[in-house]
Amino acid sequence: MDFHKLSLVEQLEGLKKGDFTSTELTTHYLKRISSFDEQINSFITVTEEQALSQAKAADERYKNKNNLPLDGLPIAHKDIFCTKGVLTTCGSKMLSNFEAPYSSTVYDKLDKEGMVMLGKTNMDEFAMGSSNETSYFGPVKNPWNTEYVPGGSSGGSASCVSAELAPIATATDTGGSIRQPASLCGLTGIKPTYGRVSRYGMIAFASSLDQGGVVARSAEDAALILEAMSGHDPKDSTSLKLEKPNLVKDLDTPIKGKKIGLPKEFFEKEMPSYVEKSIEEAIEVYKNLGAEVVEVSLSNINLSLPIYYIIAPAECSANLSRYDGVRYGYRCEDPKDIEDLFMRTREEGFGAEVKRRILIGTYALSAGYYDAYYLKAQKCRQLVANDFSEAFKSVDVILSPTTPGTSFKSGEKTSDPIEMYLQDIFTIPANLAGLPGLSIPCGEHEGLPLGMQLVGNSLEESKLLQFAYSYQSNTNWHKKMPNI
Amino acid sequence: MKNYSEEWEAVIGLEIHVQLSTKSKLFSGASTDFGALPNTQACNIDLAMPGVLPVLNEEVLKMAIKLGKALNAEINSPTSFARKNYFYPDSPKGYQISQMDKPIVENGYLDIETEKGGKRIGVTRAHLEEDAGKSLHDDFEGQSGIDLNRAGTPLLEIVSEPEISTPEEAVAYLKSIHSIIRYLEISDGNMAEGSMRCDANVSVRKIGDETLGTRTETKNVNSFRFVEKAIQYEIERQINELESGNKITQETRLYDSQVNTTRPMRSKEFANDYRYFPEPDLLPITLKKEFIEEVMATMPEMPNQKRERFVSQFSLSEYDAGLLAAEKDLADFFEEVTKVSTSPKLSANWIMGELSAELNNENLTIKESKVSSDKLGQLISRIEDGTISGKIAKDIFEKMWSSGKEVDEIIQSEGLKQVTDDKEIESMIDEVIQGNPEQLEQYRSGKDRLFGFFVGQVMKASQGKANPKQVNDILKSKLEK
Repeated sequence: MDFHKLSLVEQLEGLKKGDFTSTELTTHYLKRISSFDEQINSFITVTEEQALSQAKAADERYKNKNNLPLDGLPIAHKDIFCTKGVLTTCGSKMLSNFEAPYSSTVYDKLDKEGMVMLGKTNMDEFAMGSSNETSYFGPVKNPWNTEYVPGGSSGGSASCVSAELAPIATATDTGGSIRQPASLCGLTGIKPTYGRVSRYGMIAFASSLDQGGVVARSAEDAALILEAMSGHDPKDSTSLKLEKPNLVKDLDTPIKGKKIGLPKEFFEKEMPSYVEKSIEEAIEVYKNLGAEVVEVSLSNINLSLPIYYIIAPAECSANLSRYDGVRYGYRCEDPKDIEDLFMRTREEGFGAEVKRRILIGTYALSAGYYDAYYLKAQKCRQLVANDFSEAFKSVDVILSPTTPGTSFKSGEKTSDPIEMYLQDIFTIPANLAGLPGLSIPCGEHEGLPLGMQLVGNSLEESKLLQFAYSYQSNTNWHKKMPNI
Repeated sequence: MKNYSEEWEAVIGLEIHVQLSTKSKLFSGASTDFGALPNTQACNIDLAMPGVLPVLNEEVLKMAIKLGKALNAEINSPTSFARKNYFYPDSPKGYQISQMDKPIVENGYLDIETEKGGKRIGVTRAHLEEDAGKSLHDDFEGQSGIDLNRAGTPLLEIVSEPEISTPEEAVAYLKSIHSIIRYLEISDGNMAEGSMRCDANVSVRKIGDETLGTRTETKNVNSFRFVEKAIQYEIERQINELESGNKITQETRLYDSQVNTTRPMRSKEFANDYRYFPEPDLLPITLKKEFIEEVMATMPEMPNQKRERFVSQFSLSEYDAGLLAAEKDLADFFEEVTKVSTSPKLSANWIMGELSAELNNENLTIKESKVSSDKLGQLISRIEDGTISGKIAKDIFEKMWSSGKEVDEIIQSEGLKQVTDDKEIESMIDEVIQGNPEQLEQYRSGKDRLFGFFVGQVMKASQGKANPKQVNDILKSKLEK
């Protein structure tokens, strides 16, 4: 049976009805991984043994009729989430030998609901990158065309779901790392409101921007898992003190009469005509569903990229200081003294992009520069957030392209970091303002998928998913999968 | 050394690190107990494992608020944390979580007393931060070990204004802080174990100069006496340097108590740029008014208040009251004694005299005293009711100390009860007078000071048991005859 053609929701129904077992489902995916992952390199670690034993336990519970809510459903985890006793590398040589001594809250929550971990997915080193070319474990390929990048940093998660090597995968988003690869791989990816999903055990890149989420094949699948991942965690002081949102139950709420805002600053930008066309068609779909479309202004939105490239590197420069070769992870050979140990461990253990950002961040926080860079960036960040608050007084969601275009070829942008950073121009603002954002497929160009982004007001993941679900109930873009 | 005090003045500021006596660490649930095997009290958070996050131990907020109140300071709300970045092997995150812009306590003051009188010292701020671990260099050949048990232990750093002028004032200020933290029970204040550490910023200038001289920071001086000596040394060193036409280098210095000098540790020119920025893993903390009030309501009586009460309630001198009140355990002991004895003055004298001497001898704290407050109270009662003389009491006290016996038991078994029977005393006096006719004659011919000789002889004859006042009275009348 072609289990991978079933949606996650259908797989859950099948398991509940006893149409098939979790062991069958899990074995099917493990086989696909071993057959196809060589082409796309989406997994760093495949946890076959653990997956089969989790699947067996789920089957046992189904037999005894004490099954858990998501029992037996397979999932892949981005290798940024700590998983006890399993290699957790964050895509870096620095952690290439690191077996986490504890599990992240995200893993624990899904584990407690019965989900089966297939493995850990490849990613840009420490989540820094937009093409998944900075991974120590080699670049990830886009299943739609393996000469192209899958996007990043959650490129492994997007690539494996797109190639149907896993029905769904966890991911993280600091400046677009869920939405951009979702867009380039033809998937539904959602980053919830900052604080919705616990960051405990999710290896930090930029603490005030990082947020966990999922890449899935539909809004319906995404809602099912995001709901289970969400909720307050006392181990994360920035976690919102709120019950988990009701995402599944209200999914089919019609969007008739709701308002979509189009930020004029985004649409003033020159964009490829195929992007313009796809977005116009998507707007038409929404209009036909009874939504009203208006222009909004986010006047400070053009500051987003520079703000981000101060704040994210600044936070990362401190977050990555702990990788010093003293307690765990990579350590240089034969250090002369402590200074040498620190310097060579970090010189040898980090890749170029990580070092670039540590340097930028260290510089931005240095005495004499702090006010001009970091402090100013924080003030401007507030301006961007204010723009969104103002806009959400009159609209329900804000629509734009997710990325400037479809995917690009491997190596095409690696020599020009600025060109690479521009990949996230549409996605970064939501991180700065801590708002939920999602990307859904809305078109195609020369055989490569393209996504549109919806950004919602704080805590309105549910509304975003309703918009995505309505769209997907009336279009087929999300059903298109690459042939591998 | 030449006395420069006429021309020069010192400007001193103290930074005092106080280790807070919480059960668990500042940002993790690991225990803070002292002396456990290396790295047995360091959890994933203390080890700075990838992905871990800090969660504030709210107990420290209460402690800091109490200190703020005792220092007459403002409590900042919101108060926030910042990262202080530096690489060091025993700093596992590569940064220390501390406070920068919004320390929990700000703008306070402390009144101190020295022989030269009272003075008010401003307290700039007191902020919360985590302690580092320890590097161990002697246990491994060619390698260093790291013990992270102490990493993450909560500290309050109390920073004074540079308003301290002499080593004596510095010690008075430090002792006063020590007394306060002990009273508040927020720290054991043990300087030898490092739960209270003092760094001294010292500069000197010519009297009348407006600008401050270049300062040095002398680190980790671990006793009151050493603080005094280190500052004294540093003042004299700086004056000598300047008098010799040299400049003071802004630097961190270490005090060496073995030879009583300070020596440079690192120059500020090579100092770290700590790149402070707001800690994104902890949101600013708003302290609700009700919460602060609740904490304030649990404030104990503070040393100054206790001193004043001792003066008014027990008619003690300011000096005695101050000495007793400075240490909470001592003050508690005193109050326990006064519940049994009826003379507070005598109680105070005994505690600060005989008892303190014995405690010092054996290096014991008041809580470890071999004579309990009850027993000391009984002893003093026996002096008051005339059963024994003060002199006998001292002998008995020593016996109580070594045997643990009660005063009445010793009086009984050793027959030390005071002789108060007039007739008995008279007959002893008669014997002494008869036995010393020469002295009698000399006395009667005007040599008054021989009176003491007779008293001594009578006391000797009574083995010290005769009531001294009665001896005096009766002897006087007999000698005058």
